[in-house]
Amino acid sequence: MAGPLLEAVDLTKVYDNGTAANKKVNLEVRAGEILGLVGENGAGKSTLMKVLYGEEAPTSGTLRWEGRPVAFASSQDAIRAGIGMVHQHFMLVHTLTLAENLVLGHEPRRPGTGFFDFEAAVKTCTDLAERYNLKVTPRARVADVSVSMRQKLEILKALYRGARILILDEPTAVLTPQETEELFAELRGFRDQGHTIVFISHKLPEIFALCDRVAVMRDGRLVATHALGDVDHQAVSNEMVGREVQLTLAKTPARPGEVLMTVRDLKYVDDFDVPVVNGIGFGLRAGEILGVVGVDGNGQSELVQLITGLTRPLSGTVTVGGKDLTGASPAAYRKAGVAHVAEDRMTVGAALGASIEDNLLADRYQSFVGPLGFLRRRAMNRRARELVEAFDIRCASERQSVGSLSGGNMQKVVVGREFTADARVLIVSQPTRGVDVGAIEFLHRRIVALRDQGKAVLLVSSDLQEVLALADAVMVLHQGKVTAYFPDAAAATDRELGLYMLGLKRQDDDQIRGVFHG
Amino acid sequence: MADHRRGFFRTLGMFFTDRDRLEPAVISVLAGAFSLLAGVLLIAVASKNPGESIWNFLVGPVLRTYNLYYVMVMMVPITFAGLALCIVYQARYLTLIIDSTFYMGAVTAAAVGILWPLPPGLHPVVAMVVSGTVGGLIGMIPAVLKLKWRANELVSSIMLNYVFYFLGSCVIIYFLRDRNQTILASLPFLESFHLAKLIPNTQLHAGFLIAAALVVAVAVYLYRTKWGYQIRMVGANPRFAAYTGFSVAGVVLGAHFVSGFIGGVGGAVEMSGMYKAFIWQMDPSYAWDGVIVAMLARRNPKFVPVSALFLAYIRVGADFMSRRGDVAFEFITLVQGMIILILASDTIVNYFRTKRAQAQALRQEKA
Amino acid sequence: MEFLDFLAGVLASPNYWFIVLRSTAPILLVTLGAVVCEKAGISNLSLEGSLLWAALVGVVVSAWTQNVWLGLAAGILASTLVAWTLGLFALRLDANPVLVGVALNLVSTGGTVFVLHALTGDKGISSSLDSKVLPFWTIPGVKDVPWVGQVFSGQNLVVYLSLVAVVVIGILLNKTVLGRRITAVGANPEAARSMGIDVALTKFLALTVSGLLAGLAGCFLSMGYTSNFTSGLSAGRGYVANAAQVVAGGTAVGSIFASLLFGMTDALATFLQNIGLPPELIQALPYAVTIVGFIVVTLLRDRRELARKRALTRVAS
Repeated sequence: MAGPLLEAVDLTKVYDNGTAANKKVNLEVRAGEILGLVGENGAGKSTLMKVLYGEEAPTSGTLRWEGRPVAFASSQDAIRAGIGMVHQHFMLVHTLTLAENLVLGHEPRRPGTGFFDFEAAVKTCTDLAERYNLKVTPRARVADVSVSMRQKLEILKALYRGARILILDEPTAVLTPQETEELFAELRGFRDQGHTIVFISHKLPEIFALCDRVAVMRDGRLVATHALGDVDHQAVSNEMVGREVQLTLAKTPARPGEVLMTVRDLKYVDDFDVPVVNGIGFGLRAGEILGVVGVDGNGQSELVQLITGLTRPLSGTVTVGGKDLTGASPAAYRKAGVAHVAEDRMTVGAALGASIEDNLLADRYQSFVGPLGFLRRRAMNRRARELVEAFDIRCASERQSVGSLSGGNMQKVVVGREFTADARVLIVSQPTRGVDVGAIEFLHRRIVALRDQGKAVLLVSSDLQEVLALADAVMVLHQGKVTAYFPDAAAATDRELGLYMLGLKRQDDDQIRGVFHG
Repeated sequence: MADHRRGFFRTLGMFFTDRDRLEPAVISVLAGAFSLLAGVLLIAVASKNPGESIWNFLVGPVLRTYNLYYVMVMMVPITFAGLALCIVYQARYLTLIIDSTFYMGAVTAAAVGILWPLPPGLHPVVAMVVSGTVGGLIGMIPAVLKLKWRANELVSSIMLNYVFYFLGSCVIIYFLRDRNQTILASLPFLESFHLAKLIPNTQLHAGFLIAAALVVAVAVYLYRTKWGYQIRMVGANPRFAAYTGFSVAGVVLGAHFVSGFIGGVGGAVEMSGMYKAFIWQMDPSYAWDGVIVAMLARRNPKFVPVSALFLAYIRVGADFMSRRGDVAFEFITLVQGMIILILASDTIVNYFRTKRAQAQALRQEKA
Repeated sequence: MEFLDFLAGVLASPNYWFIVLRSTAPILLVTLGAVVCEKAGISNLSLEGSLLWAALVGVVVSAWTQNVWLGLAAGILASTLVAWTLGLFALRLDANPVLVGVALNLVSTGGTVFVLHALTGDKGISSSLDSKVLPFWTIPGVKDVPWVGQVFSGQNLVVYLSLVAVVVIGILLNKTVLGRRITAVGANPEAARSMGIDVALTKFLALTVSGLLAGLAGCFLSMGYTSNFTSGLSAGRGYVANAAQVVAGGTAVGSIFASLLFGMTDALATFLQNIGLPPELIQALPYAVTIVGFIVVTLLRDRRELARKRALTRVAS
């Protein structure tokens, strides 16, 4: 065939909240190749795949299948065309068997009774598995098999529906190295049989081991495509992570004081039975901003929840000011002086149905309680207005519900509350996500000011530039562990950090132990 | 900001320009009107004298002063139920335990009214306090079941209603029964137990004023005290509440106690205001009225009186009509059910809001 | 001691178990329906309403047509319409299924009395209607078996049908394609949708099944258990089924045990009255037992789940 099998031409996707996730992306997927797609989180990979798979409609631009323009109204259309997707979070019914999951929607029936023909389903599954050399046990329930086998079933599902292109979204995130090897062998087998693979990942060693070509995305754009022989790790890593340093923040050097929060050997297993936090420990010092970097999904979100009382760790300790707060409630953490800017402002950080005033004062309403339990509403109102002005929250009135605010303003409400809480330790997670540039600068200056007041700040952000601009020291998380510690953030370049984030490099234990400060 | 000029007129103006506030009220009014219309159509179909029946239904309550007073009297238990439900509804719990708290409150009050001689004036008050406490404890049960064992509070409260109804009847039959009566009735209440009548020779009793005072009290409780604040925050977003340091379980249980207390007091008020002895042959069941009032009033006690008036009005109208015609009183449940169905449908309720959001999104895309 | 002797005597008497079967049958049917709906991920709380309308319509139609089978068919249809109304509001109009179910029950409690009055002038009990009764069967062969025969023979048709229903629903859930889809839709609607399954339609079908079963139970209440429609006939059985469904654990066989819980205490009530226990206490017993049963089952399940998670973490670390 002459041209590419699947093509995106000038594809742009702008979401309802104004985020431009894909900006004029031109991607070619050629038949019979394994194409790797890399990029940081937020680079636009997932959105691009959703558009290719019909789950989202593009705002502008076209999709071409076999040279002809197509429009997918839903993923069913994409499936019919021959595009199959293996999602990162599997779409399986755990109480049913593998065979049943495979045929769901097109179930074989017994002649005569019309009942579900389980044996036929098993046979289909077995035959398919043999043909593609994937080891599965059709009669087992999904709940009882390994994650690796569940993934094989997802692949079989796509193949069963006649997929010519297989899109795999971060497939090795949940696999052991041996299972990864197995998967690669299988994928190469598919390619040899004439299938096409799109392999989304940020693990460069795997891309280099498996793919024929690689496409790099950054900030919603496709910045480059290479044949794997033409590039090395460093070059691709630069393209993924490298950026002009836009923000220069005038920052006086930190004067770190005592250790206010100590975390030791935290462990946590998530609902998918993955050990997302696998022994993280560090010390947080007063008057210092400790940045936490890592590719999303390496334990950052869970870590934050464990040290703010939202989730109970399986093992390990969290000590604040000498007090053991492991597994304590969020109320206890707040009382001990730990404030927390939540990563998810829509479901945790704010109550959308409540007013701005109520959201701003929710952690300190007790101080506005007068005799007989009455709230001093006028004082609350005054304080709320002060905060609205101080944080430049654009709203018609403080009585307005938070849900009606824009994302950036909503974030300012969350930050307005947490930054003014009576806290010595601030856990700040993704503080400027979805916030406009002017506000970002304002928030950054505020964070530094808090540090100068002697507070300990833990800054978790997937925006590397933000961390490098703000943090005094940086810690890298990879697969649930601390793999690097830089006591002087200025000394670390984003390129070098990128290597640690992608798991290509790892410091030795002595260097990492520096994060405890004794 | 020009905050010192904020006042009545600005608030009123905001009522018309602040769509967030106006739309719910409009939806409530439309729901009530639509259901009423459906009810009228039903009468037209079912009655052999549709014109007369409809007239009796819609206008009956104002045709006689006696009826008007009856409407006011009927408003009392409905208001109690509505207030009790507003409170738990603010915490986003839908429990119907008000039936049990009300009924057991009445039984408890009857016991106090019969067995415990106290000076007049004090007697009913003590009864209310005791009944309230009993109601409060009962009211917490569905919340406990939900918090500890994830039991759906609606189902558990309905089943508990059966249990407490039987328990309460037991108490009447075995401890308070008047054996001289043919029907099931308790011994007569002591004179000191009765609430004063607001207007002599009518049924309108001081309970009406108590209910009115309670509306104000609950409004203040929910919107001006810290406990109300806690309830509203927990109801708005329990995850957020936990994250900002609220004790969600404590708040929920507290809300259920207060709600149950109100239910118990409601039962006591009915007893001391309306009756000379406990003569209920079956469960009066104001739970549904409470739900409808709470939904129409959008969980805000401020709007409970007008919603209670609406419900009491149509109840009395239906009663009046059924006595004079051929349409059974029970048709009112169809009107009530329709209101709930309409207000429960998010698509309908959020219709305007959705349209606005869509228009806004389209405008943004063009920009 | 005397009480225990009494209890033993009751439990040994075939008469008791006859009544148990009779009381359990309607609950069993409705519980099966509730189980199917729960498996499909749609809470059907309108079962009480379904029961009432089926009971009323069955009586009315059987009286008008003087044909018990037409009455049965009409009653089942009415009951299914109630379930469909729930589906309309919950699946198409985005209403909270719990509220809708309960609202429909409210409408049904009053509405049935209203309609009865409008049609016949009867208030509260359909005494003026000459309604038919579903047949009772004596099973030749079985009826002569000592003890067992007294329990199983002579029951109403619906009682036998309820036992058949257990098998039918069991087959539906475990052996048919629809059953598989119901499980999928209830467990992971996202996954089901991604496989091209119409989630709303599947839920709708589940509701239909529950409507049909409740219809049968409702007709039994007014055309078998008793021979009239009386207001309040359902006596909360719909809600009992909703609680029993949790105890049943999502299986047809489990439904038998859950329903028996209610049926046994309900039957016990008639006997307990004879020894002077207050009847009100006895009447409350089945509801109390169901709540307790629910709590116990949930407690046990939670404990099992906790142990499972703990075992997992031991493996992970």
